[in-house]
Amino acid sequence: MARTSSSKENAQALFHSLRSAYSATPVNLKIIDLYVGFAVFTALIQVVYMASVGSFPFNSFLSGVLSCVGTAVLAVCLRIQVNKENKEFKDLPPERAFADFVLCNLVLHLVIMNFLG
Amino acid sequence: MARSLVGFTVLLGFTVLLLFLSICESASFFQPIFDSHRSAAVELFSPDHGSFKSLEETYEALRTFDVLGIEKKPDVTATACRLVSETVGSSSSTLKDLFYALKANSIVKCKINDKAYQGIITRLNAAVDGANSLPDFYYSVGGLVLVKGSKGDVQLADADGIFRSVKAFRQSDGRWRFSSNNPESSAFAAGIALETLAGVVSLASPELDQSLISTLNSDISKLFDSIEKYDDGALYFDDKLVDGHDHQGPLATTSSVVRGLTAFAAVTDERLNIPSNKILGLANFFLGIGVPGDAKDLFNQIDSLACLESNRQCFALAVLMVSIPLILSLPSTVLSVTKEDSLQVNVNTVLGSNAPPLTVKLVGVFTSGSKAASLVESQELVFDDGTGMYNFNNLPKSIDVGSYTFVFEIVLHEPEHEKIYVTGGQKKVPIFVSGLVKIENAEIAVLDSDLGSIETQKTNHLQKLRVSFKLTTPHGLAFKPHQALLKLRHESKVEHIFVVGNSGKQFEINFLGLVEKFFYLSGRYDIELAVGDAVMENSLLRAIGHIELDLPEPPEKATRPPPQPVDPYSRYGPKAEITHIFRAPEKRPPKELSLAFLGLTFLPLLGFLIGVSLACTASFILSFNQKELNCRYTKFLETLTRVESMSDLLVSPAFFITDISEGEVKHFNFQSVKGCNFSGIILLRLGVNLNNFPSNTVPATFATLFHVSIGAVLSLYVLFWLKLDLFQTLKLLGFLGVILVLVGHRVLSHLAATSAKLKSA
Repeated sequence: MARTSSSKENAQALFHSLRSAYSATPVNLKIIDLYVGFAVFTALIQVVYMASVGSFPFNSFLSGVLSCVGTAVLAVCLRIQVNKENKEFKDLPPERAFADFVLCNLVLHLVIMNFLG
Repeated sequence: MARSLVGFTVLLGFTVLLLFLSICESASFFQPIFDSHRSAAVELFSPDHGSFKSLEETYEALRTFDVLGIEKKPDVTATACRLVSETVGSSSSTLKDLFYALKANSIVKCKINDKAYQGIITRLNAAVDGANSLPDFYYSVGGLVLVKGSKGDVQLADADGIFRSVKAFRQSDGRWRFSSNNPESSAFAAGIALETLAGVVSLASPELDQSLISTLNSDISKLFDSIEKYDDGALYFDDKLVDGHDHQGPLATTSSVVRGLTAFAAVTDERLNIPSNKILGLANFFLGIGVPGDAKDLFNQIDSLACLESNRQCFALAVLMVSIPLILSLPSTVLSVTKEDSLQVNVNTVLGSNAPPLTVKLVGVFTSGSKAASLVESQELVFDDGTGMYNFNNLPKSIDVGSYTFVFEIVLHEPEHEKIYVTGGQKKVPIFVSGLVKIENAEIAVLDSDLGSIETQKTNHLQKLRVSFKLTTPHGLAFKPHQALLKLRHESKVEHIFVVGNSGKQFEINFLGLVEKFFYLSGRYDIELAVGDAVMENSLLRAIGHIELDLPEPPEKATRPPPQPVDPYSRYGPKAEITHIFRAPEKRPPKELSLAFLGLTFLPLLGFLIGVSLACTASFILSFNQKELNCRYTKFLETLTRVESMSDLLVSPAFFITDISEGEVKHFNFQSVKGCNFSGIILLRLGVNLNNFPSNTVPATFATLFHVSIGAVLSLYVLFWLKLDLFQTLKLLGFLGVILVLVGHRVLSHLAATSAKLKSA
C-alpha cells in the first residue's frame, strides 16, 4: 500500500516536473506543437478509417495521410529552426524559416493534390 | 451414297479444271494478234467526250484502229479532222502538235488547203534550220516527210548539212543523245534518230552520198549488240538510265528502235546487216506482252508489229529490207488419244494475216525429259483450205498418253520469199496427249498373314490390307500415274494417307507396324483411293469401302491423336458474340460511417484552433496587462502551463483570468506572441493577437497580400483537384508563385528588420 502511494507520488512528481519544464517553452513553439499534434491526429483518424473500411481509393488514403505526415514533419523542421535554444540556427531569422515552411507546404500540397485522384 | 457421288463429281471436275489451267500456263509460245487486241483497243482508246486528250493520243488511236482494221467511228474521224485543221491553221501550235496533226492527217486524210500547206512547209523549214536537239529535228523533218506524203513537192535544201548535224548526236556504242548538252545516250533516241535520218534521206533533192548513209549500217549493228534477251527467246532494247526522268520502258524503247529501223531500211538500197533471228526475237517480244492494259503500250505494240509485218504500212516508199517474221501457233496443245484429236498448226504473220504458200513439217516428236530418238518419221502436215490450218491426222501408235515435245519446221515454197520472211528455224512446242486410262483387276483384301486371304471386314493389328489394281493406257501399255494415294479415315476424322507405289501392282498395308501411328484408335476406317495424272482423262477420287480395325489398348505413354482442323468453311460463319464484362465495383463503406469519420477529422482542427486561441488569449492578456501588472515570471509560466491543459481552462476561464491578474509579469517577450499571426485572420474572432501585424500602411498591405496569395494558391489547388488539368494549374501557379515570393519577401524581411531593431533596442 505504502509502495503504491509512493510510486504514485513519484509519477506525480515526474509529471509535475515535465509540466513545469514545458511551461517554460515560448508560446509560438507551443502553437507549433499544437499544429503538429493536430496533423498527427488527423493522420491517425484516417488510418483508423482505412483499417475499418478498407483501402479502396488507396491513392486518396495515401495522399491524405502523407499530407498530414508531411505537414507535421515540415512543422517540426520549422520548430527546430525557430527555437532560440538551438544554437545551430542562431543566425537564421525565424521569418526565413517561416518562408521555407510556406514554400515547402505549397510544393508538398501540389503533389498531394495531383495524387489525390 | 448419292452425296458421295456428288462430292466425287465435283472433285473430279475441279481436278480437271486445275489440270487444264496448268496445261494452259505451261504452253509458252507466242500467239499472233487476235480479236482480243481489237476489243482491248476499242476499250483503251475510248475518247473522253468525243475527243482525245492530245493530238498524240488521237494519232495513236487512229493508227491502232487502222492497223487492227477496226472501223473508225465517224465522230472520231470528224473530231480528229477538226483538231488537225485547228492545229495546222494556227501558227501558235507547238512543233510536236503540228507533227502529230500531220501524222493523224496521213491516216484520216482531212482536207487541208494549199495555202495552209505552204504555211506549214515554211514553218517546218525554219524549224529544221533552227533545230539544235534531236526531238526538234525529229518533229520538223518528220513533218516535212508527212507533207511530202500528201502533197508531193517538198525538198530539203541542205539535206547533207542536216544529215551531218543529226549524226553529231551519235555515240560510239550505237546509242544516241537527245541533245549535245545531255551526256546520257539511249536506244530510244537511236530509234528517233534513225527515223529522222530516214526522213532526211527521203527529202534530199539531189541524192545523198551513199557512203554517208552506209556508215549508219555499222551503228545499227552496234546498237543490236546491246540487245537484251529473255529466257523464252524474246529480244528487246532497254535504256539503263539511272536518273532519267523521261526514262522510257523496254516496250517504248524497243518500239522506237523498230520504227526507226524499218523507216531507215525503207530508204536505203542496201540490205541491213541484221540477223533474221533477231527480228523474230523482237517480234516475239511484242507478241509475248499479250494484251497490254495501257493505251500507249498497246499503240507501241501494234505499231511496231505493223512495221515489222510490212514496211509498206510504215512508209509509202518502202522497199522491203527487214524480214517479216512468221509465227507458228497451235489452237490447242492438248490432244486426246481417246477422242482421236488431230494436231492443228496455224502459221500467220504477227498481225494474223495469211502467210505465203509454205509447208509445215513435223520434224520429230520427243518424250519430254528424255533424249531418246524421235518417235515419228519426219513428215509434212496436210494443209486444209477451209480452216487455213495445217493438220496432222491420226497420231501414230507410238504416241501414247504423256507429255511430248513436237518439233516443227516451216519450209517456204518460193525461194524468193526466204528473203522476205523469217521463220526462225525449228520450233519446239510442248504438247500433252491425254486419254482414258483403263482400271483393271481391282482387288481389295485383308490378309491374315503371308499365308492367304480371309474375306472379312473385321481386322486386327496382326493382319494386312492389300489393294491392287492395274492401269492401262488406250494403247494397252501399263500406265504409271503421277499420284496414287490411299486414305484411311477414322470415325474421329483422323486421317492417314499412304502413297500407293506407282508400280501399278499390288499395295499392302501391314497394320502391325502402324499401331502407334494409328494412335491405337480402333473402330471403323473409311478407305478412299485417289488416282490422278495430268494426261489421265478419268482421274478419280473414290470411296472404296471401309474396314473395322481392332487395335490393342493404348499404353500409358501413347501419343494422343492431333486435334483435327476445324471445318475451313466454319471460319466464315458468325463468331460468338462478345459480351463486355464490367469489373465488379469495389466495396464501399456505408455513407454514414464515411461522414462520421469526415466529422472526426475536424476534431483535431477544432482542438488546434481552441488551443491556439487560448494560448493567444493568454499572451494577449499578459501583454495587455504588461504595464499594470507586475507578475512574477514564474507565475506567468505557471499560467501558460495551465493554458496547455485545455480542459482545465475550458471549464473555468474565469479562474484563468483571475489567476493571471494576480500574477505579475516581469519580462515579456513580444516574440512569443508572434505565432498568433500565423494561424491567420480566422482566429481574430477568437481573440488573436495581431500585435505583430505591421502597423504601417505599406507593409500592412503587403502582409495582407501575402496571406491572400497563399489563400489563392490553396484555392488553386482545390480547383486543380476539382476541374483543372496539370498544365493549366502550373501556368496559374507560376503566376501566383511570383506574386507570393515578391510579397512574402517584402513582408518577412520587414518583420525581420523590425524584430532585429527590437532586439538591439
